[in-house]
This record gives sequence, C-alpha cells and structure tokens, in this order.
Amino acid sequence: MTLLEFARGPAWQASVLILIAGVAWRLVAMILLRRRPQFAAPRHGLPQRIGGGARTILTRFMPRRAFWPRIAVSVVLSATFHIGLGVIIFGGAPHILVIRQFTGLSWPSLPKGVIVIVSGVTLASMIALLLRRLNHPVLRLLSTADDYLSWLLVFLPVLTGMLLSGETVGGYGNLLALHILSVELMVIWLPFGKLMHAGLVFAGRGLMGMNFSRKGAAT
Amino acid sequence: MDVAPDDKETLGAMLATRGVGRRSLLKFAIAMASSLALPPGVAPLMAANLAKAKRRSVIWLSFQECTGCVETLLRSSSPTIDQLIFDFISLDYQEALMAAAGAAAEKTLHDAIAANKGEYLLAIDGSIPTKDGGVYSLTGGRSNLAMLKDVAADAKAILAIGTCAAFGGIPKAFPNPTGAVGVEDLVRDKPIVNIPGCPPVPEVLSGVLAYFISFGKLPDLDDRKRPLAYFGATIHDQCYRRAFYDQGKFAHAFDDEGARQGWCLFELGCKGPTTHNACASVKWNNGTSFPIQSGHGCIGCSQPDFWDAGGFYTSLAGGSATGWRNAGIAAAVGIAGGAAAALAARSKAKDVDSTPAPEDKP
Repeated sequence: MTLLEFARGPAWQASVLILIAGVAWRLVAMILLRRRPQFAAPRHGLPQRIGGGARTILTRFMPRRAFWPRIAVSVVLSATFHIGLGVIIFGGAPHILVIRQFTGLSWPSLPKGVIVIVSGVTLASMIALLLRRLNHPVLRLLSTADDYLSWLLVFLPVLTGMLLSGETVGGYGNLLALHILSVELMVIWLPFGKLMHAGLVFAGRGLMGMNFSRKGAAT
Repeated sequence: MDVAPDDKETLGAMLATRGVGRRSLLKFAIAMASSLALPPGVAPLMAANLAKAKRRSVIWLSFQECTGCVETLLRSSSPTIDQLIFDFISLDYQEALMAAAGAAAEKTLHDAIAANKGEYLLAIDGSIPTKDGGVYSLTGGRSNLAMLKDVAADAKAILAIGTCAAFGGIPKAFPNPTGAVGVEDLVRDKPIVNIPGCPPVPEVLSGVLAYFISFGKLPDLDDRKRPLAYFGATIHDQCYRRAFYDQGKFAHAFDDEGARQGWCLFELGCKGPTTHNACASVKWNNGTSFPIQSGHGCIGCSQPDFWDAGGFYTSLAGGSATGWRNAGIAAAVGIAGGAAAALAARSKAKDVDSTPAPEDKP
C-alpha cells in the first residue's frame, strides 16, 4: 500500500469516523450540561428571541466601533484568512470534487491560479496572526497548546495544498498524499479543540443572542 | 554504407544489406538520443557504435502473462528501423515466436545459455507465481520460479517487460491466489530494467536496447528501476490537456460539453498525475494517439498495484466512503461518550452544590 492509498483509504475512513464520533460526543455533552434555571419572566416571545439570536450571529462579525483602533489589524487578518479558507475549500476544483463525491452537490470551480494566489494570501495572514499572538503579552498569556496546535493543523493543509498545486517538490502523488494526510489530521482534531468553533461559533452566538433577547437586552 | 569485410556481422552491415544507409541510421540515433534525453552530440557516437555493434543474444521467457506485451511489441508499427534493431538482436528463445517446440525448444534454451554465458540479455514478460512452489505456471514441467533462477544466473542484465514482470501486475491483484511477484522481488544480484505498462510502450524497449547495444550499459534508472528518460515525468506533466487542469476546466461526464471540448479528465478518474510513463510523449501506433487523447482517462497501468489502487473512474481527489453502518456506529459511540461525560459533570456539580460553604458551618 502506497502512502497515497493509505491516505485515501484507511486514514480517510478513520479520520471521518473519529470526526463523527467526536462531534456527536461534543454536542451531546454540551446539550446535556446542567443549565442555570431562569426565574425571571421572559421579555420577549420565542419568535423575537430567534430573531435576536440570528441578529447576534450577524452583528458579531463586525466589532464595535470603539474597539476598532485596537483590533483592526487582527480583525482584518482573521477575516482574510477565514475568507481565504472558504475560497480555497469551496472554489478549488479537487475540493468540489470530494464534496460532490460524498453529497452529490457541485458548482463551477475557480482557476488554479486564483486558488494559488488566495492560498498565498491565506498563509501570509496566518503567519502574521501567529506572530501577533506570540508578541502580544495578553494574547500570549491566554494562548494554550490548543491554539498553537489548531493553527498548525490549519496551516499545514493550506501549505501542502499550495505546494501540490505547483507540484514543486516530491511529485504529485507524494504531495497529494501529504495534503490529504494533513487534512485528515485537522479533521481528527476538529471536534476536540478550538477548531470546533467552525460550527459552534454560530450556535454560541445564536444562543447568546436568544438569551439577551429573552432578557430584553440589545442584540 | 561503408562496411569493412570483417564487419559483416555488425548492425551496420546488416542494415546495409537492407538498404538502410548511414544517414538513416544517424536519424534513428538522433531520435533515440532525443527520446533518451541524451545530448544531441551523442547521436553521431551512438550511430557509430550501433554500426559497429555485434549481435547480442536475447533470451525471452514468458511467464504468467497474457502475451499482450509480446503482441504489442511485435505489432507496434509497419517495418521500421526499430524492428530492424529487433531483427539484429539474436532472439534465441521466445516460446510464442519460435518454431521449435518441446525438447527441441528446451535444447535451444540450454544451447543459448551455454553459448552466451554472462553476456545474454534476459527479457521477461509475465509475473512469477511463488505460492505452493510456483506450481501455477509451468513450462515443460518446470516452474517459472525455477526457470527464472536458472536463466537469470548467467544473464548480463534483465529486462522486465510489462507491469506483470516489473511489479506483479494483474496476477498480483488482490487476492493474488498464485502468490505472483515481479522479477525484482526474486532476483537481487543482477541489473534489472523495468519497462512497465499494460502493455508497455514499444519504443521504450527500442530505446533501452539501442542504448545497451550502443554503449554496452543500461540507461539511467529511477527508484523503481525504470528508464528515467521515459518514466521521469508523469503523464499529467506531459499531457496536452494539462492547460485545462490549470484553468479548472474539467469534463464531468464522458458525454458532456467538457468532454466534447477536450477538457481535463481528472474528475473522471484520470490517474495521469500519479502515473509515470511515456504514453503522452511517445504515444501509440506510430505516434497517433494515447488513451487521454482518445477521451479516456489514464488508468495508471504502469504503476505498481494499479489494479487495486481504487476505481478507474474515481478521481484522485476523492477517498473511499466509510459506509452508513460505520458512520452510525461512530455516532453511537460519540453520543454514549458525550452522555457519560455530561452525567459525570452533572454529578460533580451536584456534589459541589451539596457541600456546605465554610461560612454555613455551625
């Protein structure tokens, strides 16, 4: 069995199964957590609370104006690399192919040159964010191994993907195997660390918004 | 062509009797040097060496195979100088082609080995079954395994022709009932050139033979013992549809607009990016076409274990599905683990709640 066959076969299957088990474990553990009882009467009914939750999901994308001067750089860099990841994942032809293989959904892809440029910008913004994390005293204090591991496991697929698109070193087969394996490592880690925010960020904001709305606070 | 009287056994003399002049031989040498990625200046030397070269004995053994390799090499094109090269080698034993049979054929083999000890080239097509002492493929009552060991012992070099001889090929595919292996798995002490392909590109064999006859040594090989000049690049690297891959233009089905436009076949399972061969540059049938040019993706037939390397129509980007049953089991395990973790957290919280605070103590 070659490295590519291993990556596309057993490693792929194992990583998907670990992802499924991990996400189920994480969600059930959160749903069943004990919650503080709400004694106050709700200010708003359920429809308004759902609206408040949806509004919070959107409004939290843009920080309050008062914070802008201090966090503008990190917000722009974060937005750049998140949008970059989105373009790479949903615009790259091989990625669309994988999605189509498992869901049947498909859409036109972007030219490889565009994906390569976006990958470069994404990598640069990720490196800048890491440097900021290492240099900012508060951020450095708050950072745990989870932050650095999560950064690395996102960085590696983008890096190997960029090398693969240019077929720079090691040959297509080896680079493809390394790229798939790096994605699988990310997929395995996703439910257990901060990468889970890929899904939970929306659930968290939504629930917080609903709670604010229940209390009659601004969302 | 000027041929000295004592040079009548040379390739130059033989070609002269067939009306092939020095200029034609030089053109052939230029083409061979070019295909072998040799510098242009080597061609005259190659032509001179070819003209002076003498017949070299080749013993060809066919093992567990379909004869497709031999057919391809024999029917590659109308008579050309390539075939004269084949004529020039002394093919002393080839079961499919020789007139002799039975004991006479066996005697031919033994005579050829005795007469050319340590000097003959051994060409092999087909894999070698090793299970149960190799009883699954016999010639004259002897197993391929025993024949290989005997004949390889006195060979100067071995050419493993076709994917079966090189890597085991289709006979080695799961579940490999005969324990088939390639030549390099059994012979460790002889120079081996693998010329894989199902079938292999005939011009590659011509090139390797021309190089060997010209320079008395084997060409540079890659890590899988394949001639680097022919197997150094992937089909993908040499493919005329590569530009469409770079532009993100893919055929989604064999009958869609993309296929009609000749766009990249990556999505339809083309294995060109992981396959090393000369199909896209040398092509087939006198340079007429190759599978991708005919509208079908490369199936990677010159790669080891190509038959077991996923579906021919599954793209390289995709992986194999885990199946709903396995996904369900994984989800159930996750739900049980999550529920247990939540209950443990609740129980811990209850203990904390029931523990009286220090100021509450009497």
